[in-house]
Amino acid sequence: MTMLEVKDVYKSYGDVPILKGVSFTMEKDQTKVIIGPSGTGKSTLLRCINQLSPPDKGQVWLNGKEITDPKSNINKMREKIGFVFQDFNLFNHLTALRNVSIGLEKVKKMEKEAAHKRAMQELSRVGLEPQAGQYPAQLSGGQKQRVGIARALAMDPDLILFDEPTSALDPELIGDVLDVMKSLCGKVAMLVVTHEMGFARNVADEIIFMEGGIIVEQGSPKEMFTNAKMARTREFLGRIGALYGDDEGG
Amino acid sequence: MDGLKTTLGLTAFGILFGTILGICLAIGRSYGKRPLPYFFIIYEKVLRGIPLLVLLFLLYFGLPQIGIHLDPFSAAVLGLGLRSAAYQAQIYRGSINSIPEGQITAAYSLGMSRLKAIRHVILPQILRLSIPGWSNEFTILLKDTSLAFSIGVIELMRQGRYIQVLAPDLILVVFLLIALIYFILVFSINKIMRFVEKKYQMAGYQAEVHR
Amino acid sequence: MAVDFGQFFINSLPDLLSGLGYTLLLTFVSITAGFLLGIALALGRVYGNKIVNGFCVGYIELIRGTPLLVQLFIIYFGLPSVGINFTPIQAALLGLSINSGAYQAEYLRGSIQSVESGQMSAARSLGMNKLQSIQHVILPQALRICIPAWSNEFIYLLQYSSIAYIIQVAELTAEGKFIASQTFRYLEVFAMIAVIYLILTIVSTEIIDRVAKHFSIPGIGAAKRVSLRDI
Repeated sequence: MTMLEVKDVYKSYGDVPILKGVSFTMEKDQTKVIIGPSGTGKSTLLRCINQLSPPDKGQVWLNGKEITDPKSNINKMREKIGFVFQDFNLFNHLTALRNVSIGLEKVKKMEKEAAHKRAMQELSRVGLEPQAGQYPAQLSGGQKQRVGIARALAMDPDLILFDEPTSALDPELIGDVLDVMKSLCGKVAMLVVTHEMGFARNVADEIIFMEGGIIVEQGSPKEMFTNAKMARTREFLGRIGALYGDDEGG
Repeated sequence: MDGLKTTLGLTAFGILFGTILGICLAIGRSYGKRPLPYFFIIYEKVLRGIPLLVLLFLLYFGLPQIGIHLDPFSAAVLGLGLRSAAYQAQIYRGSINSIPEGQITAAYSLGMSRLKAIRHVILPQILRLSIPGWSNEFTILLKDTSLAFSIGVIELMRQGRYIQVLAPDLILVVFLLIALIYFILVFSINKIMRFVEKKYQMAGYQAEVHR
Repeated sequence: MAVDFGQFFINSLPDLLSGLGYTLLLTFVSITAGFLLGIALALGRVYGNKIVNGFCVGYIELIRGTPLLVQLFIIYFGLPSVGINFTPIQAALLGLSINSGAYQAEYLRGSIQSVESGQMSAARSLGMNKLQSIQHVILPQALRICIPAWSNEFIYLLQYSSIAYIIQVAELTAEGKFIASQTFRYLEVFAMIAVIYLILTIVSTEIIDRVAKHFSIPGIGAAKRVSLRDI
């Protein structure tokens, strides 16, 4: 069974159409990267998947259950989908530890002790154990984002959505976050919207190129970078490739 | 509806007094040479720490003991004005703090004296920035005039009381009516002030303090 | 003269303390009731549907558009004509609470809205429902942000509790008037009372500041505290 199926999703903000019929699927533990010019609906697509912005038309299926069905329990569905934000959105009034554990405590109804223990594990995983007792205001951008990832991981999701996770970071902090993301490959399904071409090229199982609210082309990194079918794809990758160079991105 | 006229009169005089005094206090505190600021600080603290009612009593009942006799209206205006000045000073100080320091430096470098700089550069900006806070204070003052009733001023509230004595059954209706009058006044003033605010707005500027 | 005044002060003390008790009662009960009412109204304004929102706005505008005194009069003098009677203290507590609720609703709403929308998105993404998000993420931050406004409201209630005198509640100002009319020493009495209020104000501000510091979290809070101690 396909883990994630996005079928014919349409979304407009007011009169402006953003997504004009997007469809794709994802399998368990796959890593897919969405690239494309800014403002073409990539972030909107992610928000449609976890229903932060429900689509106007179309369906989203997770593990055989339809998320977009109004009768479905969206909160239960969201436990299975993690979201990492461009602006981190850490809970400002909680320490790093509690940021990670609060989902476990309040949504999964875990005991406080157990939740904290699990949270510590996740924080270690992203390399932030010493910062457990600090508040978001005291953390650097890169640290904040890693806490954000830990927070998403703690919920044991089937899929994690990354919405331009490194766009708000200083260049030298991007590497740490990308390293964490790389370590997750193959362990959990990841759908990443990013401009980091190095990451896309070296880590993704498949790359999706979006423009104008539709998927222009999708394929393996090798196919897309060396042998893309659509001229537009070649053009975009060519330009960005020249800009970012061949290295790991960050 | 004489009471209404009195209410409006109290408000007008009170706010006028308060505004002028308030501006002086704010400017004196921010730009004055010591020890002037300290007096102003104490004034503000004291007048914002006492209930209006107590202040009115002090002025109307207390002053006669040392020979100053005020009629109810004057005592009320004095009390309202003094208090309002203290709160307004805070608003103006917030506006003053919002003005970049470069303004007064630029004024000096043009050759203006301290007084001229304040008058031509700082003051116009302060007044515009303070409009939201000031209109807030205006409506507060309007509502506070109802307290003047307690020292015998014949404004809206006291008229209401008179009617209460004459027609006890209608009492609820009467007070609701009075409430309505106040509400209409406050509402209209808010609308007018919002219009004024828009008209005199300086793009990109906002004062940082509200009461 | 000073000795005479001292003696006078000591003689008046019992009455003044009794009045003070009422003043504090009025202040504390009203600020608490007003707070609960205010939160309900603020949440209704921010998260409620059109009907709830409209009702809340109507209530807030009405209360804030009319003087406290008028509201007290309506409750104490007006309602009896339709059969609802309150004792002075009940009417005062009710009136002050209703009034405070409307004002607190406004700055609570401001605080809630100043919590970035991303916080709500993050909470929902974890699977929290709306209520949980508000309870565990939005409110803890909003309540810390609004502390300066809240302490202003406390001081406000402390002072305006004196209005209860007009509907015959024996609070501090009323006691003062009583003593003064007996002894004709208006100036001294009201000066004394003024000083007491002043001390109350300063002490309260100090206590609230300390408590606020205790609960503060780096990164949350208004940038500039408008305080009576601003130098």
